[in-house]
Amino acid sequence: MPLYLNDDQKMLQDSAADFMKGEGNVAHFREFRDKNCKDGFSHALWKQFAEMGFTGILVSEDEGGLGLGHVEAGVVLEEVGRNLTPSPFLTTAVAGVEALNAGGKALREKYLPGILSGDSVLALAIDEGPKHRPDQIAMAATREGNGFKLDGKKQFVVQGGSADTLIVAARTSGSAGEDKGLTLFAVDTSSNGLARDSVRLVDSAVAAHVAFEGVVVDADAVIGEVDEGGAVLQRMLNAGRAGSAAETLGVGAGAMDITVEYIKGRKQFDTIIGSFQALQHRTAHLYSEMEIARATVLKAQQMLDERSSKAEMMVSVAKAKAGKATALSVREGVQMHGGVGMTDEYDIGLYMKRDRALSEFMGDANYHTNLVAQMHGY
Amino acid sequence: MSDLESFRAETAAWLEANCPPEMRQPAVDESDICWGGKNPTFKPGQKEWMDKMAAKGWTVPDWPTEYGGGGLSRAETKILLQEMGRLKIRSPLSSFGIWMLGPALLHFGTEEQKLHFLPPIARGEVRWCQGYSEPGSGSDLASLQTSAEDKGDHYLINGQKIWTSYADKADWIFCLTRTDKSSKHKGISFMLFDMTNKGVETKPIVLISGQSAFCETFFADVEVPKSYGDGVSSVVGEVNRGWDVAKYLLGHERSMISGDGSSGATSLGSKFADQYGRDEMGRLDDPMLRAQMADMDIDVLAFRAMAERFGDTFKANLCHPAQPNMMKYAGTEINKRRHELIMSAGGSEVLEWESDASNGGLTARGWLRTKANSIEGGTSEVMLNVVSKQILQLPNA
Repeated sequence: MPLYLNDDQKMLQDSAADFMKGEGNVAHFREFRDKNCKDGFSHALWKQFAEMGFTGILVSEDEGGLGLGHVEAGVVLEEVGRNLTPSPFLTTAVAGVEALNAGGKALREKYLPGILSGDSVLALAIDEGPKHRPDQIAMAATREGNGFKLDGKKQFVVQGGSADTLIVAARTSGSAGEDKGLTLFAVDTSSNGLARDSVRLVDSAVAAHVAFEGVVVDADAVIGEVDEGGAVLQRMLNAGRAGSAAETLGVGAGAMDITVEYIKGRKQFDTIIGSFQALQHRTAHLYSEMEIARATVLKAQQMLDERSSKAEMMVSVAKAKAGKATALSVREGVQMHGGVGMTDEYDIGLYMKRDRALSEFMGDANYHTNLVAQMHGY
Repeated sequence: MSDLESFRAETAAWLEANCPPEMRQPAVDESDICWGGKNPTFKPGQKEWMDKMAAKGWTVPDWPTEYGGGGLSRAETKILLQEMGRLKIRSPLSSFGIWMLGPALLHFGTEEQKLHFLPPIARGEVRWCQGYSEPGSGSDLASLQTSAEDKGDHYLINGQKIWTSYADKADWIFCLTRTDKSSKHKGISFMLFDMTNKGVETKPIVLISGQSAFCETFFADVEVPKSYGDGVSSVVGEVNRGWDVAKYLLGHERSMISGDGSSGATSLGSKFADQYGRDEMGRLDDPMLRAQMADMDIDVLAFRAMAERFGDTFKANLCHPAQPNMMKYAGTEINKRRHELIMSAGGSEVLEWESDASNGGLTARGWLRTKANSIEGGTSEVMLNVVSKQILQLPNA
């Protein structure tokens, strides 16, 4: 498969780009930020995501979706990133759906209709500390009657406040650091004993601290098999990481475009500042980094779609490379804008804040660089 | 099984059955590269492998069969290279004829020139060198002065080239000459001639690596015929329009040099962890070096994806014409960093310059060689200029 988008994927890209630019653009983002919306996104826009078919990209055709893959999910996410579109797309329709795809049919029949119609929001309860360490998950799920009782705390549950369902990773046996013993659950946020404290983040997205105190769930809330949730979690992480790499790429590309346009117009010393070699070389270097990141993200998505055994490595490479390239893009962007780069009026700072939050989602560049070293056996 | 799957299976079987065992060992130094030519030095297995591959057209798999190529599609060529990589099989033939002159002739050459010059390149019979840079014309290549005076049935060449790779070992040269002094860019011609001509002299240049891959090449009243018979002109493209050919070829050269030097190589970290020692978790036990190696793994794997995407989009005419400049910049900078890391990992042992243990200072000489990567074929700074002007459309000062 050649490493560029095919005609169908390009058509999807065009319609996703038109949609985000028209309906989910930066002005829309500012509107929801400024009215201090408790969910941080528009439910009406989320319904439109569904009408466009985006929420069914990773859902099989038999189950009412489009039966497409990670490349297509990434196409949409890149436009989400480029336009700073606030939506629960990544957690619900990409990572969430992929977790459900790893589980049984009954769970999909329960949750997919709401996702396909844009009525439902899923959030992921994985992290228990300030950094993403899925191998250190300690939250307990103990057997009780026909089901399980969940006790513990999760944080950085993005869209956790507005979600109706959480995908929760907890320990049914073993202890932190062990592969076996993890189990994934689909938990309704209205469950007794489940408390959510929503906090606004630097990028104006909303995430929740979630406390579980004796939250009882049925056995049929288990996604996949008890104690074998590691594989389900990995599949969900692969989708979420590749997806967030694609969104990050969109953030970086958007920031780069804004910056290049800015330095083509700004004059100092009676000269367009974009004609200075000091800026030209840095911008060209940035372009090179962004191009490499783009190839890497697409490669990881293709490998996931081909179910390659090496996909996990490439997903980590993509998350790290897209993260580093985009971090460069937003930092250079603010610097090259000069003073106005520090103002709320200009958009470039919004991109910097979005990148900061996305980089922490499912592991930053350092985390994934370390994983790549481990996968290489050193 | 699809056509491509069966092509893969057949190719793998043929390679396994025909590749000499010597050619499945990793290349250690320069002598492990097969250059062919009229005065070749072959190591065991090299000639056999070159001839076998040439007979199938696979020294130049994507050239048309009538010019000695394999006539393979982009997808088939990729599969052949993948299978050679998987089986750790070395390239059968390396040459500037394959990398540079071939693409120029395929694009700009007449049918007579293609039939005359290409098959001997594919068979490894003629070794070519490239006469571009001059002492006063480096980054500003189009200012070149080597003159070719029209003498009716021949040109008279006078001047000097520099950084002519392997000019002392080459049989023929493709050379940029000035045929009109009144126009900078429209006064250059792309000429082909025999290095055994009277008046051609080469002098190897000793580099910081102690090696002499490059030469100074002098031309004193060298007579180059206008025709080699049967309508085969010695000039590629039109006279005075050689800059078009040169620019096209610089694109090729830049994509070629852009290789990060690690194709098929395993991760540096896993290689050096055994040598360095590991901590109780199995990690390379110098944490700072480990972090740098891991960063390098990310960049190498990412650039490999970029190279694949560049190749795919280039063939499909989907990439920006200035994209090779970006590739050259990125690939050479990664390769230089990679060799800094190799030196750092090797410590004092790779400082040895002549010992048997160091294989004659192989690592150190290789490190020094990479410093030329971001200079030859256009410096990194020139690449960034081109990207900022042609791709990002930033204005001139």
